[in-house]
Amino acid sequence: MSSPSPSPIVQLSPEAMEIRRKRQRRNAIALGLVLGALVVLFYVLTIAKMGSAVFTQRDL
Amino acid sequence: MAFVDEHRIDIATAGEARVEDYFALLKPRVMSLVVFTAIIGLLLAPGGINPVIGVIAILCIAIGAGGSGALNMWYDADIDAIMSRTANRPIPSGRVSRGEALAVGIICSGFSVGILGLATNWVAAALLAFTIFFYAVIYTMWLKRATPQNIVIGGAAGAFPPMIGWAAVTGDITLPSIVLFLIIFLWTPPHFWALALYKQGDYGAAGIPMLPNVAGEPATKLQILLYSIILVAVSFVPNFIGMSGWVYGAIAVVTGASFLFLAWRLFMSRDNLSMKKIARSLFTYSLSYLFVIFLALMVDHAAHLAGWMR
Repeated sequence: MSSPSPSPIVQLSPEAMEIRRKRQRRNAIALGLVLGALVVLFYVLTIAKMGSAVFTQRDL
Repeated sequence: MAFVDEHRIDIATAGEARVEDYFALLKPRVMSLVVFTAIIGLLLAPGGINPVIGVIAILCIAIGAGGSGALNMWYDADIDAIMSRTANRPIPSGRVSRGEALAVGIICSGFSVGILGLATNWVAAALLAFTIFFYAVIYTMWLKRATPQNIVIGGAAGAFPPMIGWAAVTGDITLPSIVLFLIIFLWTPPHFWALALYKQGDYGAAGIPMLPNVAGEPATKLQILLYSIILVAVSFVPNFIGMSGWVYGAIAVVTGASFLFLAWRLFMSRDNLSMKKIARSLFTYSLSYLFVIFLALMVDHAAHLAGWMR
C-alpha cells in the first residue's frame, strides 16, 4: 500500500513572508472588527427590544 | 492561478486572501439591489418598526443575501473559472479556497436568519432562510445547470427581499408584498436573457443551458418581449389595489413604455451586431427601470403619508 505523497514545502522569501504577515494581520483586524460589530449589534438590539422599559424599569 | 487543484491552491496561496476577497464572496453588487428592494418593502409596509430594528433587519437581509452569494461561488467555482465575467472571482483566481467560501456562506446565512428572527419575527426569518435555500440549492445546485428556464424559476430568490422587508414589519405575507415580489420575478428573465444574448459564448463554454444557447436567439428575443409585456402589465397592479397613486402610475407608464420599446427593438433586430448592442442597452436599462419603479413606489407612498395627494 502506497502512502500519500507529502505536501510540497513552499519556502517564501523574507519579503514575501513580510507581505503575507501584513495581510494576515489585516485579516485578523478585520475579523476583530466584525466580532466587535456583532457585540455592538446585540447590545443595540437588546436595548431597542426593551424600549423605554429599560429606563423606567417596568415590564422588563 | 486557475481553479485546477484545491490542494495546490491551498498550499501556494494560504494567507493570500485579502479582506476585499472575502467581501467579494458576498457579491456586493447583487447585495446592493437586495438591500434597496428590501428597504422599499420595509418602508411600504403598513404600521411601523423601530428604526434601529429596521436597520438591523436590512443588515440581516443583506448578510443573508451575501451568504447565499458565497454558497453560490463555492458551488460554481468550476464554471466561474471558464467564464470571462467570473474568472477573476476569489475562488477561481485562487485567492480564497472553496472551504473558506463554504464557511463564510454558512456562517453568514445562519447568523442573518437567527438575528432577523430575534430582531423582528420568525415569518421574516423563515422567508430569508427559504430565500437562501432557494438561491443556493434550488437555483445554484439544480436549475442553473439543468434547464434553460433556470433564471425564470431561480429569479424568485432575487424577488423575495422586498417581501422579507415587508414581513419584518407586519409579520405576514399579503397581496401588496406579493406584487412587489412579482415585479422583480417578472423583471428577472428579460434582464438576464438580455445579458445572456450578448454573453452567450461565455455561458455556452461553461455548459450552462441559458435560453439563447438552447432555444436560439429568435426564441429568446420573443420570450424577452413576452415577459416584458407581462412585467409592464403587472407594474400597474399597485394602482389597481390602492397601493399607490398617480405619481407612481405616471412613472410606471413612462418607464414601462421605454422598456417595451427596447424589448420590441430587440425582437425586431436582425443582424448580430445591432442585436448585441440593443441587448446590452436593455440589460443596462432594466437595472435603472427596477430602481426607478421601486423608488417611485416609495415616493408615492411618502407623498400620501405627507398628505400631498389627498
